[in-house]
Amino acid sequence: MEIRPSTMDEAVAAVKELAAGGTPVRPVGAGSRATWGGRDPDGAVALHTGALDRIVEHNPGDFTAVLQAGVPLAAAQEHFARAGQMLAVDPPTFPGPMPSGPERAGGTIGGLLATADSGPARHRFGGMRDLVIGVEVLLSDGTVARAGGKVIKNVAGYDLSKLYTGSYGTLGLVTEVAVRLHPLPGPTATVLGSSDDPHVLAGAALALAKQPLEALCLDIGWPAEGPGRLLLRFAGRTAADRARRIGLAGLDDVHVEEDDEGLWNAQRAAQRDPDGPVLKVPHKPADLGDVLATARSHGLAAVSRAALGLTWVRGGSREIFPRATVLDGAAGVADPWPPADAGALALMRRVKARMDPARIFRPGTFVGGI
Amino acid sequence: MVQPMRPFNVPDDALVDRLRAVVGPDQVLTHPHQLRTYESDGLLQYRQVPAVAVLPGTGAQVQAVVAACAEAGVPWVARGAGSGLSGGALPRGDGVLIVLSRLTRVLEVDLDNGRVCVEPGVTNAAVSAAVAPHYFYPPDPSSQVVCSIGGNVAENSGGAHCFKYGFTTNYVTGLELVLADGEVVTLGGPEPDPAGYDLIGAFVGSEGTLGIATRIWLRVVPVPETVRTLVAFFDSTAQAGQASSDIVHAGVVPAAIEMMDAVTIRAVEEMAHAGYPVGRGAALLVELDGAERECAAQFEEVVAICAAAGSDDVRVGRDDAERALFWRTRKAAFPAMGRVSPNYFVQDGVIPRTRLAEVMGRIEALSQEYGLIVANVFHAGDGNLHPLVCYDGRVEGQAERAEELSGAILAVCLDAGGSITGEHGVGVDKLKYMPKMFGEGDLEAFQRLRCAFDPVGLANPGKVMPTPRLCGEVPGPYKRHPLEIAGLAERF
Ligand SMILES: Cc1cc2nc3c(=O)[nH]c(=O)nc-3n(C[C@H](O)[C@H](O)[C@H](O)COP(=O)(O)OP(=O)(O)OC[C@H]3O[C@@H](n4cnc5c(N)ncnc54)[C@H](O)[C@@H]3O)c2cc1C
Repeated sequence: MEIRPSTMDEAVAAVKELAAGGTPVRPVGAGSRATWGGRDPDGAVALHTGALDRIVEHNPGDFTAVLQAGVPLAAAQEHFARAGQMLAVDPPTFPGPMPSGPERAGGTIGGLLATADSGPARHRFGGMRDLVIGVEVLLSDGTVARAGGKVIKNVAGYDLSKLYTGSYGTLGLVTEVAVRLHPLPGPTATVLGSSDDPHVLAGAALALAKQPLEALCLDIGWPAEGPGRLLLRFAGRTAADRARRIGLAGLDDVHVEEDDEGLWNAQRAAQRDPDGPVLKVPHKPADLGDVLATARSHGLAAVSRAALGLTWVRGGSREIFPRATVLDGAAGVADPWPPADAGALALMRRVKARMDPARIFRPGTFVGGI
Repeated sequence: MVQPMRPFNVPDDALVDRLRAVVGPDQVLTHPHQLRTYESDGLLQYRQVPAVAVLPGTGAQVQAVVAACAEAGVPWVARGAGSGLSGGALPRGDGVLIVLSRLTRVLEVDLDNGRVCVEPGVTNAAVSAAVAPHYFYPPDPSSQVVCSIGGNVAENSGGAHCFKYGFTTNYVTGLELVLADGEVVTLGGPEPDPAGYDLIGAFVGSEGTLGIATRIWLRVVPVPETVRTLVAFFDSTAQAGQASSDIVHAGVVPAAIEMMDAVTIRAVEEMAHAGYPVGRGAALLVELDGAERECAAQFEEVVAICAAAGSDDVRVGRDDAERALFWRTRKAAFPAMGRVSPNYFVQDGVIPRTRLAEVMGRIEALSQEYGLIVANVFHAGDGNLHPLVCYDGRVEGQAERAEELSGAILAVCLDAGGSITGEHGVGVDKLKYMPKMFGEGDLEAFQRLRCAFDPVGLANPGKVMPTPRLCGEVPGPYKRHPLEIAGLAERF
């Protein structure tokens, strides 16, 4: 079954009715990360946000915007770009043909918030949690709540925007999101270097991470076999100049590419695999070499945000990477989530119980069976 | 539904004995003259002596103290350095004040991974000192020499450099918490993206109402290659505001943009003797930092923008000494106001940057209407205003009028689409403005978060939430998920 509200009133009425019947609900944006978060209970109703797709506000002078949850990221970015601005998140687009059209391939704002997905620009701008300044949510008892606001600095009330970021639709329906925007980065240039030794590559990345380079992105691309490469991207008027000054001693084939969009699209694309599984592995930046070596020993390809300590591995399982979360392909594994601290888990259960009192929002699908 | 709070138990001799057994007799204070030290935080108009103050020396002692309070049903308030400006650490006469100033150990410095782990009583400045000279901790409240990291986490403190670098919340990667029932939980750690809800994000800025942070993992970053600072003088705050907007619009992300109005320029000049032109309408301090080349290119642009917006007096900091002078002068704003006026309230509101000229006009009109001077200093990049409402406490009724004016300024901020606080928090001081910014559903959701952390309501009751409420029972029938039935996952 599917529900597709086009107003808040409709959404509230639909959620109340589902709650009364105890029917499980799965919020759906564009469906671009359909398997993430694992299998929903049988009989779960899809609650589509696609008709809640208004750009409510774009305040170019203030570098802020308020978007309904169903706004496609691509449409929002196109709108912001006309004012020379962007929402500084660049997650990969869906790797296959999208049923609802290419403008939805990058997913919706609501889906992006719910999954906290990210791309290479997270190196510079942080993740969705660092860019969201307000949310409106609809809870399972029909409560509509706003937190935060539409200014970039604000400490009034609890920061529920962050609580809902990465909550995978399990705490209620996110209906509106307010975000901070940034100026478009201007000209870019990328310096690359390669090595087939994971520790040499990781060492070079760590050395860069420790310098105040103010780079836009710092990534590793690590194929299943053969040499991998390090990519360091600069933005701004002096981008090419700054890229050329980077030495990358110890790496092979060091060169600068100014027409670098394709390189970064490839990095993003390597985070996704429709057939899955894709594992997101958190680690200390200094452990990157070991993570890459492990991937290689199992014949797995990976991309890393080297300075953040995040690696996406295509294939494999939590037996190999115990702290990994399974993203693509989550529906095909018994539990996509890694174990969590017992105390933290108990607290999360209490948060779930309070925020989703009817326990209808994707019950049983989250960390620890929440 | 709003239900009245149950009365709390008051600390009795048995609790005091138990606390003494936990932390040692010297670290439990019960004499009024000892307790007087703690009667206020940085907001001196609120005073309340706690029934008992405890100074634990370790995280384990904090846990034991909180557990003892939980068993006794006694409310408590955590206190860091007591520099807060909203009465967040205001004690309760019927409660225990848990003072964290002895928890000052830096537990781990891991520069390879850009992390430090500290106890909550470590000062903000000590974190940067622990990772100097190659790294620093960016959020830099003006109170950084005294304020504690625990307090920063609780308030989500910002600083002059947060326009570019962000706030405390953007730097906390892990927390060890003692919850109000005495449980210890660990959220995150040195690694990014712990699985599950972002409870770190929910805890930061919770003003001591969700538990006590006893261990804090922070991200630190490399010190920028270069820093450049200028001060430009304008005829009006409107002109200076235009310049800040133009700078941001040009795609420049300054490390800091700070503005002072005419009243403030006069006051700081008398104190700091920086040679600032008394009588000018506004001063704009702009700092850029980053990679040498990019910074140099952008700095020239900023100078040009200031001139184009109407500044005929742009002073570029020639060396570290002059840069330090610019900052000393900016940071003298609060203390210097003491020379202009016997008393003043510091307000903390936020507006969208583009509404600056209009809001300044309305504040000016309010100032005239009330016959009280309002001096303005603000973080212009992010629209965070700090109007200083001057009054003379010796004049009958003036303090009340000043408070009213200060509140009217917040109404103006809300009207413009802003917020009632950008960095000082709600505490007790802004409780009455919460319902003006948030509706019933919003407050209900806040309350649910609080109830998830502290169902009994012993952690800093009477702060943040405007109306004390009881947490109801967790509702809803328990339904088993297919995975559970299949034995693949378990709950509770
Ligand atoms: C001169 C001056 C300048 C200031 N400048 C700035 C500024 O530029 N930016 C800014 O943001 N703020 C500023 N402040 C406000 C203040 O310094 C900050 O709010 C600071 O973070 C408070 O830290 P503290 O240790 O003094 O906390 P306290 O005042 O002791 O406590 C503040 C709140 O935190 C809670 N708390 C304390 N420790 C913990 C803990 N470990 N776990 C859980 N809760 C805890 C308390 O219960 C209370 O609610 C300024 C204050 C002064 C006096």
